[in-house]
Amino acid sequence: MTRESLLVLRDLQTWYGESHILHGVSLDVAEGEVVTLLGRNGAGKTTTLKSIMGLARHRRGSVAFGGQETVHLSPNRIARMGIAFCPEERGIFSSLNVRENLTLPPVIRDGGMSLDEVYDLFPILLERGGSVGTKLSGGEQQMLAIARILRTGAKFLLLDEPTEGLAPVIVEQIGRIINVLKERGYTILLVEQNFRFASTVADRHYVVEHGRIVDEVSGNAVSSNREKLEAYLGV
Amino acid sequence: MMEILGIPAPVFLGQLLLGAINGAFYAVLSLGLALIFGLLNLINFAHGTFYMLGAFVSWLGLRYLGIDYWTSLVVAPLAVALFGIVIERTMLKRLYDLDHLYGLLLTFGLALVIEGVFRQLHGASGQPYAIPSALSGGVNLGFMYLPVYRAWVILASLVMCLVTWLIIERTKLGALLRAATENPDLVRAFGVNVSLMITVVFGFGAALAAFAGVLAAPIYSVNPIMGANLIIVVFAVVVIGGMGSIMGAILSGFLLGLVEGLTKVYWPEASSVVAFMVMAVVLMVKPAGLFGRNA
Repeated sequence: MTRESLLVLRDLQTWYGESHILHGVSLDVAEGEVVTLLGRNGAGKTTTLKSIMGLARHRRGSVAFGGQETVHLSPNRIARMGIAFCPEERGIFSSLNVRENLTLPPVIRDGGMSLDEVYDLFPILLERGGSVGTKLSGGEQQMLAIARILRTGAKFLLLDEPTEGLAPVIVEQIGRIINVLKERGYTILLVEQNFRFASTVADRHYVVEHGRIVDEVSGNAVSSNREKLEAYLGV
Repeated sequence: MMEILGIPAPVFLGQLLLGAINGAFYAVLSLGLALIFGLLNLINFAHGTFYMLGAFVSWLGLRYLGIDYWTSLVVAPLAVALFGIVIERTMLKRLYDLDHLYGLLLTFGLALVIEGVFRQLHGASGQPYAIPSALSGGVNLGFMYLPVYRAWVILASLVMCLVTWLIIERTKLGALLRAATENPDLVRAFGVNVSLMITVVFGFGAALAAFAGVLAAPIYSVNPIMGANLIIVVFAVVVIGGMGSIMGAILSGFLLGLVEGLTKVYWPEASSVVAFMVMAVVLMVKPAGLFGRNA
């Protein structure tokens, strides 16, 4: 790896109550990279993202962001360091309209997109600004969930299954957006079950199984490793 | 003499006015309860105690420090808010990860302790609080006599409810509050200090209750159990409005006060239970409450 790692996980262990979910995850993400976590349901992909964000509180090991240890910090402190999270269930607020949803996350530092830039990238959100957030279609909600974390100035994005349950044409659109974000210098850690999609956007892939990283595949080696990956994902 | 629905107009309107005043107190109290329930998931049994404290701070301030009514209207809510914040930071905070029942039990216990202390210090009988001179007297409206202070109570409560509602529904801070009520973890992940928000909202709810207490001091006698008597009806109001619904709490507060007033005209014996009859019917027909989002 030529670039310095922005995020470094070492032996990250996480518990939900009594259940031990992550059994020592170690991975690196360099600045400007798009990296995916591939794996089956329940492998620990979402828990890895939530542990980085501090939302899974009971965690041990090391999560260093920009050289600073975050494993003991609360989610709001971690967010203020420049990490933004887009949850699997999208987390659109039903008591807020689209515009309120979009402008809800506070700007934490300079360098985020302006509202105009966000609307350029997601014109539908300008059109639907006054609607209740949860009245949008699934694809529109996903756009909104991604769009709202681009304004904040956070340059490290955690995206949890942004393509789940969406029509192919929307998935393609999200792929284009991720590529735009990459060009703009965002670093993205992406959870995916759809490795065909992942292979179109990511530089590298980690395979997660039973709460551990079991393999790493570079983006251009996906086709030669297709059978192995299919076996991991059970497709 | 003019009659309304078979009742002499002054009697009818007089009861309606009494109902509106009770409704004003219900509205301000249930608004605070609904806010606290929404964000903290806490059924705050000490809410009536905050109301009582508001009235007592006002009375004590006048008696021992010469603090007048108008200053009390600001100082008492601030003092009670501070007290609420201390309770939230030192006690309630420890219970958020546990079952809601623990918060209910803690606040219930606190209410008993605080009321007990005030009963010990000041006795159970009421202390009078004079109506401020600017608001004494009344106006003859031709069809009825309207005491100025009572009109002021209704107006002040309405304004307080409206301002609170505007803050919640129309400001950035309100949007954060609504979002944190729905999904506090995600709002934390946006870099917002939700714990601080919880503390502020609890303090604000306590301040609202104390504000109602100051308004109530010249109408009802200031006594240690004034809150306990009121709070049970206020819980019924919150359930009728829909747990955690802001507009629901305000509207059902005023509505229930009026319904009680009317019941006093036609069936006085039933007036003390009518709130619970309405609650039972609402729960049967619309379990989420009149303004509740989902069942």
